[in-house]
Amino acid sequence: MSETFILIPGRTSKQGCGISEGKFTEGYQSEINLLQVSPRDMQRLALAEGERVRLTSETGAIEVAVTAAKGDELPPGLLFIAYGDLSSRLMGGDTHGSGMPTSKGLDVVLEKIG
Amino acid sequence: MSIATKKNTAPDPSLKIVQDATCTFCGCVCDDIDLSVKDDHIVEAKRACVLGKSWFFNHHTDTRPNCLISGQPATIADGVERAAQILAGAKYPIIYGLSDTTCEAQRVAVGIGDWIGGNVDTTTSVCHGPSGMAFQGVGEVTCSLGEIANRGDLIIFWGSNPAESHPRHFTKYSLMPKGMFLPNGRKDRTCVLVDVRKTKSAKAADIFLQIKPRKDFEALWVLRALAQGLELDAASIEDETGVPLSAWQDLMDRMKRAKFGVILFGMGLTMTRGKHLNSEAVLALVRDMNAYTRFVAKPMRGHGNVTGADNVVSWQTGYPFGVNLSRGYPRFNPGEYTTADTLARGEADAAMIIASDPMANFSQAARTRLAAIPYIALDPKETPTTRAATVAFTTATYGINTPGTVYRMDDVPIPLRPAFDSPHPSDFEVLSQLERRVKQLKAAVRIG
Ligand code: SF4
Repeated sequence: MSETFILIPGRTSKQGCGISEGKFTEGYQSEINLLQVSPRDMQRLALAEGERVRLTSETGAIEVAVTAAKGDELPPGLLFIAYGDLSSRLMGGDTHGSGMPTSKGLDVVLEKIG
Repeated sequence: MSIATKKNTAPDPSLKIVQDATCTFCGCVCDDIDLSVKDDHIVEAKRACVLGKSWFFNHHTDTRPNCLISGQPATIADGVERAAQILAGAKYPIIYGLSDTTCEAQRVAVGIGDWIGGNVDTTTSVCHGPSGMAFQGVGEVTCSLGEIANRGDLIIFWGSNPAESHPRHFTKYSLMPKGMFLPNGRKDRTCVLVDVRKTKSAKAADIFLQIKPRKDFEALWVLRALAQGLELDAASIEDETGVPLSAWQDLMDRMKRAKFGVILFGMGLTMTRGKHLNSEAVLALVRDMNAYTRFVAKPMRGHGNVTGADNVVSWQTGYPFGVNLSRGYPRFNPGEYTTADTLARGEADAAMIIASDPMANFSQAARTRLAAIPYIALDPKETPTTRAATVAFTTATYGINTPGTVYRMDDVPIPLRPAFDSPHPSDFEVLSQLERRVKQLKAAVRIG
């Protein structure tokens, strides 16, 4: 199965604390390597907590574990990931004359692995 | 009071207390933190939020070498020499970062950029750079955070999640304070959150408007149209923005009724398709609103001294970021001289990265280029960027180890009160030595 979503990378408290604790610490690494999916999409796609999926954007592809977003934080169709190495891999190099690569609201295709 | 409690309240003589220390983790730059310091550890940071505590508790000194050349320990002098040779010998050198260091260090970095005829760009270009462009296009109706605390009765957060990125913004400036004209504090204010996600900040808001992703520009223009009293088609507005026209009309009525309205906008606008046009739409809306009442807009700036970087680069070159100095005078062109571009297009042939981590935050194309060219990194912490640097300096942490000046997100300069000394040099010291050596090398070329 594969389906198109919109990905929002952003800041989280844990990711922010992780920057001070050190980028090679377990806490930071686990926070930036986790994709939030809305509970409804989790159910519809029969995704289990911690299951790994492949995300492909126009410029890159990553594999990442999923978790259900808390409550109604995310509407269906939207994905969230904390800023970090993985989110940057999906970002294009072109800034369309602005200096800023499109870093939020990225079109991505989500596929189950295996 | 029991004896045990009395004992606890007596000051511990081995603790050094630093009053009104400044937290430089985020753009709030809280300068009311009381630190308790034991040797080279901060053991208490009163009034700091979760991010601030993590900042203060995780910057004790370490035993890493002051300098590494190609991963091998080296003296600072050798590191400076190698760094100067790299920068002075490059055809298109770039300087990038600067948002997590003092204004004093930023000033020297711009000086180096001038001597080597390179680019000076800061992390602003990948945070509120688009807003910087919008300020030049539309102008900025602005104020200090103190004015918001004392007057702001309608506070709109747009594409910003302060609960996780600026945790004390609500309590210190925007929602909770009892102000001169708002004696009941939070009760006298209305808070609106506009976002594509129902973030943790939604709990703090009275009204939450969940718009469709990538529709900020359209939503802001709906408000601009309503400000003019134009009639709009309800079905298409809801279809386009994800929010009913009646909710937009209600918001516009509140905006017109407000005595002092504020839009605090975040990277939800600047990082999403549209970028500077999204920021422009906010600024234009706020300008329009001043026909009815007092209204201001402010970007929620992220890093501790990113606002200082804008100020310092502006007063030295005339432009806030993305500046090229290769012709001996400054030129500004986002998209051409900004670091995400010069790296991704493979143009830069040497770099100096100060207090930032493009090896983790930039596109793959940009990272591949940075990995392929000689570059210098200055950072208190080990990061993917320092690990791959040709010359990496471990520097003292600003605000915790070094004094200096930083600018709060509302352009108010604030002094730092360091807690303890570091065995590592400050960014200012390393950059000053480097500037001296680069000057010598460049002068020799001119004479020769
Ligand atoms: S709000 Fe920002 S500046 Fe204030 S204590 Fe928290 S992290 Fe530090």
